[in-house]
Amino acid sequence: MKKTGSQILLECLRLEGVETVFGYPGGTVINIYDDLMDSPITHVLNRHEQAAVHAADAYSRVTGKVGVAIATSGPGATNTVTGIATAYMDSIPMVIISGQVPTPLIGNDAFQEADMIGITRPVTKHNYLVRDVKDLARIMKQAFYIARTGRPGPVLVDLPKDVQMDSAIFDYPETVELRGYKPTVSANPRQLNKAISMILAARKPVIYVGGGATLADVSDDLLTFAETIQAPVTTTLMAMASFPQTHELSVGMLGMHGTFYANMAVTESDLLITLGARFDDRVTGKIATFAPHAKIIHVDVDPTSIKKNVRVDLPLVGMLQDVLPRLNEGLLKHADEVQEVVAATVGWREQIVKWKEQHPMAYKQTKSTIKPQYVIEKLRELCDEDAIVATEVGQHQMWTAQFFDFIKPRTFVTSGGLGTMGFGLPAALGAQAAFPERQVIDISGDGSFQMNSQELATLVQYRLPVKIVILNNNFLGMVRQWQQLFFDKRYSQTCMELPIDFVKLAEAYGATGMRATKTEEVEEMIKKGLATPGPVIMEFKVAREENVLPMVPAGAGLNEMVLAS
Amino acid sequence: MKHTITVLVENEFGVLPRVSGLFSGRGFNIDSLSVAPTLDPSISRMTIVTTGDQKILEQISKQLNKLIDVIKVIDFTNQNYIEREMLMVKVSAEAESRAEVLRVADIFRAQVVDVTPRSYSLEVTGTPEKLDAFVELLRPLGLKELVRSGPIVIGRGPKAWRSVD
Repeated sequence: MKKTGSQILLECLRLEGVETVFGYPGGTVINIYDDLMDSPITHVLNRHEQAAVHAADAYSRVTGKVGVAIATSGPGATNTVTGIATAYMDSIPMVIISGQVPTPLIGNDAFQEADMIGITRPVTKHNYLVRDVKDLARIMKQAFYIARTGRPGPVLVDLPKDVQMDSAIFDYPETVELRGYKPTVSANPRQLNKAISMILAARKPVIYVGGGATLADVSDDLLTFAETIQAPVTTTLMAMASFPQTHELSVGMLGMHGTFYANMAVTESDLLITLGARFDDRVTGKIATFAPHAKIIHVDVDPTSIKKNVRVDLPLVGMLQDVLPRLNEGLLKHADEVQEVVAATVGWREQIVKWKEQHPMAYKQTKSTIKPQYVIEKLRELCDEDAIVATEVGQHQMWTAQFFDFIKPRTFVTSGGLGTMGFGLPAALGAQAAFPERQVIDISGDGSFQMNSQELATLVQYRLPVKIVILNNNFLGMVRQWQQLFFDKRYSQTCMELPIDFVKLAEAYGATGMRATKTEEVEEMIKKGLATPGPVIMEFKVAREENVLPMVPAGAGLNEMVLAS
Repeated sequence: MKHTITVLVENEFGVLPRVSGLFSGRGFNIDSLSVAPTLDPSISRMTIVTTGDQKILEQISKQLNKLIDVIKVIDFTNQNYIEREMLMVKVSAEAESRAEVLRVADIFRAQVVDVTPRSYSLEVTGTPEKLDAFVELLRPLGLKELVRSGPIVIGRGPKAWRSVD
């Protein structure tokens, strides 16, 4: 039977297991929205296309499924670009459907026309302009396959209005034929054996885990691996929740705002076992002094990540869900040698404990003024173990990474690579749409929050009970911190001089708002806020010029941390 | 260092900007690029000449391979291969220089493809170095216009690069 392009599109989504999509209607997607009324797929109407993409992105981050967003052509589609770039930098599998003007008008500067293939080329894993309805089913199959395999990423499908209206016989392909795309799946066994030999020879090993571990869902294998060889584990921002931060082998985050002990461990280590991380500049600091004594094993599914930024002694191209179990099996066969390594590395673990005691993560508590770190510690204490936390970008994001001890995988949703302010609120929305019964918290600053605050309307409309924590210092705090430390306290354009009444703002949207201004009010308000049904804003007036520490200044080595103000 | 890379790509709309955008977006150089369909009309073959150290070349090769539309990347740098480029040039040929232009053309086995009372248009193929030498000899005689195709390469021996092997 023949179906129209828009019907085929929705049928493809259904067959790919898509239950919820996020989007915003418009002239060139009106056919899709019409057919959506007859489809089992749930649609969430965001209040901005950027937010729709962030919500779909977060939906993917917490479920592991492919996130889907829809936007109309022209401004609708260009609004998605920041969202797509955010997902691209963090390797999140997504399919974005953008409407396009009818094919005869393409290139004519038609009303609401934008060259989305050209605009999104550098920020998508791949993109498609569908020019014939007969190609649509094949392209959708490929788009989902490309998005979720290998190193995942966003794929954009640009769908002209006339193609949505044209008809074709619908036949969803069973398989994908792409001769230029063969994502590496299984690691080379010889390289794997070499890795085991290197691990057995190490005396100061460190496991350095990146977002790849989150995407590959290998938390259990990672735990087994770390406990077998008894090596300290440091996680990047993207991997905080993939290893329990409360575990005795955890040394927390490394890099610019990493812990003293993680950065010292990496600097002194003799073997860096890198799992799904990419040696980002915020992680390595000055390359010349990064892990200077270490041999480096680099496991990654994307060959371009290997040797891009640092020298690598043993590259291992493969999926972590293949590599880690095989490493664990291999180590099991060398049980005696593993015991020797564990015994020989006692001193190394003692050294790490000494570093932890020397400079633990800390802040100066004050009697009256609320310290932002204290709010985050209390929040961890009082929320559910499996609560999902989204953040915006800035100081509050780093404090969350430092002071919120993540325990369960896929519970931390944050924009790592692109660092997108305004990500957190729509991300929390997307996470809550995926798990209506779980606690979902957006930890925010007053600056970032205002970049997508219109999503309060979406939360209230869909009864998504996200709890929003605003650490309000009336500053763009992270930039202010840089200005304080490196620009002689010249606070150029970082003071948010108009104080916003966030309580009233919440109430205007039909949500609940509450505010704390003193340390003694914090605990009570968090309890009350978490217990209040529906979306809630909890605003905390925090110490205005608190800094995120430790800090490795830009261009310095990991061992050159600023530890205190 | 100069490298010559051959890239087999899907012969489809929009593939060229993916490849050229990769070079510009990541700060790699393109010295020259030529592209045309192959024996299999669904595949196009690009020859790209680029410069950079070994590390940059490795990244270029990996990044090209990562593109969905790229089927194969072959680096000819350390292989035995034949390289040819085509050049067309319009030279002033007034009375006193007419004979000299033809003498130079003859030495380089260039063809005269157009002739007027005041100019010759010449066509020549060869390695880029040979073409450089040809241009230098013609320059004092009055070069009016110069077009080069960019080099193309093919490996020596019976092995053929056609599609996915």
